[in-house]
Amino acid sequence: MFSEFITHFNYIVVIILMMTGLYVVFSASNMIKKLVGLSVFQTSVFLLYITMGKVTGGVPPIIEGLHGGDYGPENGAGHGAEAAGQAAEILYSNPLPHVLILTAIVVGVATLAVGLALVVRIREVYGTIEEVEIDRLNYAFNMDGVDEAASGETP
Amino acid sequence: MSTFLTGWLSAEAPVLIVVLPLVMAAFCAVMPKDKIAWIITLITTLICAVLAFDIVLQVQSAGVLSYALGGWDPPFGIEYRIDGLNAPVVLLISAIGVICTLYALRSTDAEIEPKKRAPFYAAFLVAFAGLLGMVVTGDAFNVFVFLEVSSISTYVLVAMGASRDRRALNSAYNYLILGSIGATFFVIGVGFLYMETGTLNMMDMADQLAVTADGSRVAQLAFAFIVVGLGLKLAMFPLHLWLPGAYAYAPTAITAFLAATATKAALYLLLRFVFTVFDPSLAFIGATLTWLLAVLGVVGMFVASFQAIFQTDARRVLAYSSVAQIGYILLGVGMGTTLGVSAGYVHLINHGIIKGALFLALGAFWYRYGIKRVSDFNGLGKLMPWTMSAFTIAALALIGIPGTAGFVSKFQLLTAAADNGWWWAVGAVVVTSILAVIYMGRMLEAAWLQPAPLVNGKPVASREAPWPMMVGLWVLAIASLVFGIMPAWPLELASGAAQVMLGGGL
Repeated sequence: MFSEFITHFNYIVVIILMMTGLYVVFSASNMIKKLVGLSVFQTSVFLLYITMGKVTGGVPPIIEGLHGGDYGPENGAGHGAEAAGQAAEILYSNPLPHVLILTAIVVGVATLAVGLALVVRIREVYGTIEEVEIDRLNYAFNMDGVDEAASGETP
Repeated sequence: MSTFLTGWLSAEAPVLIVVLPLVMAAFCAVMPKDKIAWIITLITTLICAVLAFDIVLQVQSAGVLSYALGGWDPPFGIEYRIDGLNAPVVLLISAIGVICTLYALRSTDAEIEPKKRAPFYAAFLVAFAGLLGMVVTGDAFNVFVFLEVSSISTYVLVAMGASRDRRALNSAYNYLILGSIGATFFVIGVGFLYMETGTLNMMDMADQLAVTADGSRVAQLAFAFIVVGLGLKLAMFPLHLWLPGAYAYAPTAITAFLAATATKAALYLLLRFVFTVFDPSLAFIGATLTWLLAVLGVVGMFVASFQAIFQTDARRVLAYSSVAQIGYILLGVGMGTTLGVSAGYVHLINHGIIKGALFLALGAFWYRYGIKRVSDFNGLGKLMPWTMSAFTIAALALIGIPGTAGFVSKFQLLTAAADNGWWWAVGAVVVTSILAVIYMGRMLEAAWLQPAPLVNGKPVASREAPWPMMVGLWVLAIASLVFGIMPAWPLELASGAAQVMLGGGL
């Protein structure tokens, strides 16, 4: 039981983060808090991907000999071939999920930036960032029938 | 190979339709004058439409187009793969892109502030490139990237409706939260698939998954995450809450573009994952098709149609109607038979055309008279006869009157349901079509049978929509008639798609 906990530690953290993030997104009324929850949720996925890239006993996927001091136009090619021969025996971790997650991090940052920009505009227009309050304002807006007044600028 | 372009152009077409709009978006964003940005957008979308048409012809003659990005061979590098399943969607997206750009020339004058117009076209091109990218790519992670590229620019575009109605901001925010959750669910699913198969190429994934014949637990988990994630993106019934707000308050050109393409691209992805990456003959996938997609589709048809009847805002009526129509498509797909899947597919294309026309017409009504509510439609048939005629054709097609595209796809759906022995589904389609008569008929009745309102005792002057709006509207309206009277071409495309999905023709 305890050993399973140790070996699956990362996955347990992923699940905890994922559920925390989703819960915050659904339960928070404050729009900034919702975005925080969304970020936590997305971060849990980064951790999931990074965890799956780890191979037990694997070393970082860097081919050693290539970066020695004698790496140059004359010697480099020979050493490279030698290093490539060695590479077959060394167990490397999988670098691909890490590269994928770099992309996902950029996407997450872009989403967060657009989200925060929207919250700023919402604050300017509505004067609040509480979702409950905004729903109330929208409802009143609908009931008063001021729809046409807000959109009367036809050319 | 039948193609009408020079050799290299048709060979590079799969990647050009994605790269060209992405690059041009950067130019658009820095243009000092919005008219120049508009011209760039129009030319780019036109080129993409021509390339897309060429791609469809190539696929019809060659079967599958595979483009290895950067010269890296498919299982290792990213592959753009176009076959009978996605070629029609590529054509639909790029054609609607051209029409919406034409339309946007006049509609942006009315609803976007002058200094935001050039960035508006840039964001539009990015969304366009993202949608085309997620359809043409054959790499699962690349799908996620393009999904987010198109989604993030779409959030921005929806929020640009704020100068007309501030609720656009709130809708864009809700869309952002739900859209990001959907995309994240999708990427979790892709992660599990990668764990299971060790590859990101969809065809390679399908081969690897076929080895574990009955589907391992990891694959099942991946499937669940992908279906829920894409379900959010395509507005499957209980996950559709972002859709009415986003459609109702976005700028009019964007509403038409989103309604006709965004949910359709996500639907295509669902088909791609359910039918070609996974094997639909597996027990857990068959159960998902029957008990999740078909059942939720039918429930969505009823609930969304009823909600559409009680809306006051015309765009919200059509938005709920979209959720109902997605229900039809999911019902067809959920049958899992060749007939059912091809019926769902042809409805996907037809509904894109019909809903595009309807939203363009609603935008024109707003542009001329500031009309948003169904109750203000009185006399529109006399005030804007040509625009209203096109709207009427599309509305009849949405209901499914014989002679229109909507009838063809609904008839296919009924045939498939009857063939499958799902008589309850036949009944559901017929009853919800009657509900469509109620919510669309309300608008048509007011527009054609009620007198035009009087202003200061005088009738309102008749003002037709400007020609750039009219062209796109009528192209779509005529397309929905032509596909109704001569349905051979769309049906051929749909059966080609069904063959890709079910015929084992990977």
